[in-house]
Amino acid sequence: MTAATLSLRGLACVRGGRLLFSGLNLDLRAGGSAQIAGPNGVGKSSLLRIVAGLLRPYAGTAERSGAVALTDELDALDRDRTVRDALTFWARMDEASPRAIDAALDDLGIPHLADVPVRMLSTGQRKRAALARTLAGNAPIWLLDEPANGLDVQAAMTLGNLVERHQEQGGIVLAASHTPLAWTQDITLTLAASTDYISGDEDSDQPGLSGAASPPDESTRTGSVGSSDAAPARPHDVSPPPAGETGGRSA
Amino acid sequence: MIGNLILRDLGRAFRSGSAWMPLAFLLLIAALFPFAVGPNATLLNQTGGGLLWIAALLASLMPIDRLIEPDRESGVIDQLVLRDHGEGTILLAKQVAHWLSFGPPLLIAALPAGALLRLEMDTLGTVILGLALGTPGLAALAILVAALTAGLRGSSALTGLLVLPLAVPILIFGAGALHFGGGNALKLVAACSLLLCVIAPIAGGAALRAGRE
Repeated sequence: MTAATLSLRGLACVRGGRLLFSGLNLDLRAGGSAQIAGPNGVGKSSLLRIVAGLLRPYAGTAERSGAVALTDELDALDRDRTVRDALTFWARMDEASPRAIDAALDDLGIPHLADVPVRMLSTGQRKRAALARTLAGNAPIWLLDEPANGLDVQAAMTLGNLVERHQEQGGIVLAASHTPLAWTQDITLTLAASTDYISGDEDSDQPGLSGAASPPDESTRTGSVGSSDAAPARPHDVSPPPAGETGGRSA
Repeated sequence: MIGNLILRDLGRAFRSGSAWMPLAFLLLIAALFPFAVGPNATLLNQTGGGLLWIAALLASLMPIDRLIEPDRESGVIDQLVLRDHGEGTILLAKQVAHWLSFGPPLLIAALPAGALLRLEMDTLGTVILGLALGTPGLAALAILVAALTAGLRGSSALTGLLVLPLAVPILIFGAGALHFGGGNALKLVAACSLLLCVIAPIAGGAALRAGRE
């Protein structure tokens, strides 16, 4: 596996005419991890979906080398099949061995659920099954959207250990969560609520995922978010990055 | 990879029982029609072929709301896209799976249905040949409309509206082949079918992409 990297440059996201964040930079190398924090609705999930390539950024680029695995609130498991069968489909898509599924179920403490239909699972069990897909797949970059949602304390600890093991193996973990996570992060990006609305046609000047160009007024708009408002509405705050990692920075 | 996706969709269709519905629908219509219009062999032979076509058309469109929307809602499409499978490829796989789940069974069911409608052998032959050419197009149409309406509330009314104009050419040429000596009409069925098969993954894929933004 070539070393995975993840690099976000000047990323901005507009949803429903509202500028969620802008000027977001982040660099993660193999073994790195970051948490995206912030209250509900500030664009944490949107950021993960941009990194996954499911949404186009309004400005900036999201570049990665290495496959991504996304675990969000949609489990994408066939309800009428057993956990093992549903995961086997994804293991085939990931070109992973079926044995990896059993190992992943063991790791997450649900080997006894392998032959239970997905529709019978509780919320937390379904979350663990969805995490098992990420675990069994070979993707070096993990995107976890509220990974602790629905998990009990024990499972959250287990997940923390698994994430740290993944990092030791050269994986990258980017997790969005409004609560503290069970593993240590190199970087925490805190997104703050934004009240900026984008006027006009948002599609007209929207660059593609690989387009480096920003809209011409991007820098002024970003600046105004931080300075002109009476209330401190900075788009994001970044804790000081530890040595060895390049941190995100505020625009 | 595509084969894996096709197998999954096919398995879902047969496990949920929805694959048997078009079949039952076709046989039900063929069984009920003689009761409604009377057992006049000449009349049945004249109208039976067209009836089979209408039944096949409606049968292919029955599972439209189960083709794309459940997978979009449960995140399966998202998961496939982030594994670098294009929406067009995903829809092509679904199109093949949908045809396999209703096309061949429908062709087989046309035999007993033809007997119930007292179709002559050559009429039945033309109907089955026409269906073999036309059903891939109908499968593509079902996928296209399912992709266009995925995520819309109350999409069933829209579904009918979208399907009707696009399905009519296949129906006209397919049923027309029964009266105007076959050959050329069947070629036009094949042409319509081919066009829909090519357009559906492309247009449907664009619709899915736009719907995700």
